[in-house]
Amino acid sequence: MAEPVLELAGVSKSFGALKATDDVSLTLVPGEIHALIGPNGAGKSTLMALVSGRHAPDSGHIAFRGRDVSGLSVAQRARLGLGRSFQVSSLIPEYSARRNVMLALQARQGHSYRMVWPVGRDRSLTEPAQAILARVGLEGRASVPSETLSHGERRLLEIAVALALEPAAFLLDEPMAGMGAEGGRRLTAFLDTLRAEAPILLVEHDMDAVFALADRISVLANGRVIATGSVAEIRADPAVREAYLGEEEGA
Amino acid sequence: MDESRKEFWLNAVLLVGLFATPVIAMMIDEPFYVTLATRVAIFALAAVGLNLALGLGGMVSFGHALYFGLGGYVAGIMAHHAFSGMPMVFGLSGSDQMLAIWPVAMLLSGLVALVVGVLSLRTSGIFFIMITLAFAQMAYYFAIGWPTYGGEDGLPILVRNQFPGLNTLQTWHMFLLAYGALVIALAVFAMLRNARFGAALMAIRQNPERVAAVGISPFGIKLAAFVISGMITGLAGAMMADLNRFVSPSMLSWHVSGELIVICILGGVGRLFGPLAGAAIFVGFEVIFGGLTQHWQFWLGLVLLAVVLFARGGVIGIIAGRERHG
Repeated sequence: MAEPVLELAGVSKSFGALKATDDVSLTLVPGEIHALIGPNGAGKSTLMALVSGRHAPDSGHIAFRGRDVSGLSVAQRARLGLGRSFQVSSLIPEYSARRNVMLALQARQGHSYRMVWPVGRDRSLTEPAQAILARVGLEGRASVPSETLSHGERRLLEIAVALALEPAAFLLDEPMAGMGAEGGRRLTAFLDTLRAEAPILLVEHDMDAVFALADRISVLANGRVIATGSVAEIRADPAVREAYLGEEEGA
Repeated sequence: MDESRKEFWLNAVLLVGLFATPVIAMMIDEPFYVTLATRVAIFALAAVGLNLALGLGGMVSFGHALYFGLGGYVAGIMAHHAFSGMPMVFGLSGSDQMLAIWPVAMLLSGLVALVVGVLSLRTSGIFFIMITLAFAQMAYYFAIGWPTYGGEDGLPILVRNQFPGLNTLQTWHMFLLAYGALVIALAVFAMLRNARFGAALMAIRQNPERVAAVGISPFGIKLAAFVISGMITGLAGAMMADLNRFVSPSMLSWHVSGELIVICILGGVGRLFGPLAGAAIFVGFEVIFGGLTQHWQFWLGLVLLAVVLFARGGVIGIIAGRERHG
């Protein structure tokens, strides 16, 4: 197996008496989609916060592109190439779709202290922003403030912002949430092609999407990884069926 | 009419109107209104500074009197030493040249804003408001207790400081200086807002978590904006001291911090010409209702309440609608 882009080793995080993340080790290797699943409260969100840098682990190490990032801030990890989308759309509400993407492009290029040249006439921002919006199918909505976009469009814009960062790894937190059947299918097809650009750590509740996309699946329960394996292995795993899939049957 | 065009024309009317006021006042021989227009220009300049932190960056500084008063004291103290011939600290001599005073006022204000910013910008909301207020109040009580420069009684500037080619004792010439500084400050504000720096700053106001997630650290951007903000307000303070030919601790008091916030809110927080519209309303109220009743600030308070409740965008927002970021 290739050298992992992202590697967690023995990562733990407690909030008071609650062990939200308990000795988690996992890897993300080039070219793969690694899905994280688990029932509500299993610790998926905490794990994403630890990887993105919003929380610092109590113990254990997080390595990204061969370097220990455990002590780095959210912004520093993003600059190293960690592109994340949020579970609840987190955009700049008053900015148009184009401006949201342009902000990510300007962050990637640096120069956020440049005080003289107007961004609206900066072709190194406007042109790639338009191209990225076209990739996710939002080119016709480029001038609309993100707060007035539909829910599904905001989910797509989240992806576009992550794309603009040209990251070394994507960290996608429930990108399908509330997309609807048709939107979900289109996004699934899109993510399928995206893994060639950079590996994806995917938290997702939509099991159809997870089983269609994932190269590997890790199952979280009570903060621990109880199983890691291919789709077929996870489907057959009795512990997983009990902890998770069994409960969801018929849901 | 398209809203951005409306805003353009409204801005033009404000800018031309401010210039026309002293011209007409001189024609009808009412010099009082020349001083009034100069006050509007200087308050607007101070509020342009605050607007950078408050309007673009969402940093509710309740301590911008610190920079306003600091600028005022720089003008007063340098003039005082130039007059007496005694050296200031480190053996530096005073100066009665505005072109020497202004850079010192801006530099000192910027340095103080840097210290205050480093200590306060990790907090937000009410904590940020209280820390900025605390620093300004510390300076206020320090000025009261410092007898060298007049203490509580303040420090008169016996002869207005000089500007090459102008006779600053003529209020019309003072107006031209204040107006010029305001126009330059507005141009700087527009330039910063439209540049990458402004794009990051305004995004931080709306969603700092998202800005960090794309790889821009909010702290540094906010700090830079806060320092520039303090510098502009400091320059306004130096000019106000010269206009009044007097500087006193009251320039450092929390009333002034509050007035600058009120000016920004009345005019339109974050709007380029919000500070000018707000300062015109503020000074206008002071003159019109101040002559009728001691309690003119009560009526201003009612107007402020109406703006906050019904017209968040202030006067500019009422006329030109919401700002758009294409």
